[in-house]
Amino acid sequence: MPKQLIRLVVNGEGHEVAVEPWWSLLHVVREVIGLTGSKEGCGTGDCGACSMIVNGRLVTSCIFLALEADGAQVTTIEGIGGDKGLHPIQQAFVEEGAVQCGYCIPGMIVAAYDLLRQNPRPTLEEIRYALAGNLCRCTGYTKIYQAVLRAAEMMGG
Amino acid sequence: MRPFSYFIPASLQEALAIFQREGEGGRPIAGGTDLVVQLKEGGHKFPYPRYLVSVRRLPELRRLEWVEGEGLRLGAAVTMAEIEASPIVRERYLALAEGARVVGSRQTANMATVGGNLCNAAPSADTAPPLLVLGAKARILGPRGERLLPLEEFFLGPGRTVLEHGEVLVEVLLPPPLPRSASAYRRHTPRQCMDIAVVGVAAFLALDEAGEKIAEARIALGAVAPTPIRAHRAEALLVGRPASPEVLGEAALMAREEASPISDVRGSAQFRRYLVGVMTEAVLEEALSRARGR
Repeated sequence: MPKQLIRLVVNGEGHEVAVEPWWSLLHVVREVIGLTGSKEGCGTGDCGACSMIVNGRLVTSCIFLALEADGAQVTTIEGIGGDKGLHPIQQAFVEEGAVQCGYCIPGMIVAAYDLLRQNPRPTLEEIRYALAGNLCRCTGYTKIYQAVLRAAEMMGG
Repeated sequence: MRPFSYFIPASLQEALAIFQREGEGGRPIAGGTDLVVQLKEGGHKFPYPRYLVSVRRLPELRRLEWVEGEGLRLGAAVTMAEIEASPIVRERYLALAEGARVVGSRQTANMATVGGNLCNAAPSADTAPPLLVLGAKARILGPRGERLLPLEEFFLGPGRTVLEHGEVLVEVLLPPPLPRSASAYRRHTPRQCMDIAVVGVAAFLALDEAGEKIAEARIALGAVAPTPIRAHRAEALLVGRPASPEVLGEAALMAREEASPISDVRGSAQFRRYLVGVMTEAVLEEALSRARGR
């Protein structure tokens, strides 16, 4: 089977990409489009480092086939905070010291962003549940949760 | 992942035609949370597929509809997140919402589908025990037409179902709930999320008109046999008897005997059997208290 053409909008910018059926959305975003903020951790949908929002739904892009993103609206970490400055969630992570090695953080921010747009004032328990699919192997969870609580306050939720 | 071809049909008829045209070696794919991971791991659970047919957007598989007098039509490609959020599921089939809620993470729940959970046929599938106690039937379409099977008959073993080449699980049908009835599902896992059931137990109870005796009872167990199973003998101990703690306890002891668990990384056979007793009692109590509240 030859490569197939997909069209997708990533952070508001349209792309046309020829993809193999076994390519993941993460592969396309990182290796073809060149946005390397999203990370591959486990590659099996367990760690959340590759989290993106596809058509309004938070997914692990490492196991999301690129062909299924044809016609999709995709938000990656680059679409949340950009050259213009940090998003309040990112600012809160900095202020709370929630970042250690940093590898899980893009996924954490995307998942937190997805939570806060649906639930602007989450409880600690709701944050823990929403971020259960995002692993931090530095085990910095306490500060990460505090950062999300702080971000909710900063965003006036 | 090794190469495969990928088809995205626009209708169920087209999907079935692709399986006919392409022949053996194809598999339907929906959310991909099990299948893509298995392909990445080399597909040792089954022969590596030559092609995949995407069913996740087929309208026939996307229904989540209450039909008066018929019950709930739950399309195979409805996601865990959609099930959990559905007011009709929460109000009338609570055990199913409870099963869907604990599958993976938010990311998983947004991708994983109920049909995928059933077709992957893990003995620990969290939607299987709830659907078994809720009286689910599986509607399957294939080259030889339609089959409507009680869900009990759908599973053959770990990773194996009755689905033959070219057949697609279209939807699951749930009968309307009986008066004074309720259901519940719980599982035991070391972590609350992103984990696989060590044991899962679902129960459904319906009370008689006086609200004293058990009119109908169903119990289903996950992760304690080669497939999700019904605990028929435990159910038989409940029907027609007073809804008392003693009677529920007797049924829980019987459910223990009906389990045939193995020892693996998640728990020993002995621990699993013990859990079946404790959890069946707790889940029956929960279903009873919900049924009394109606």
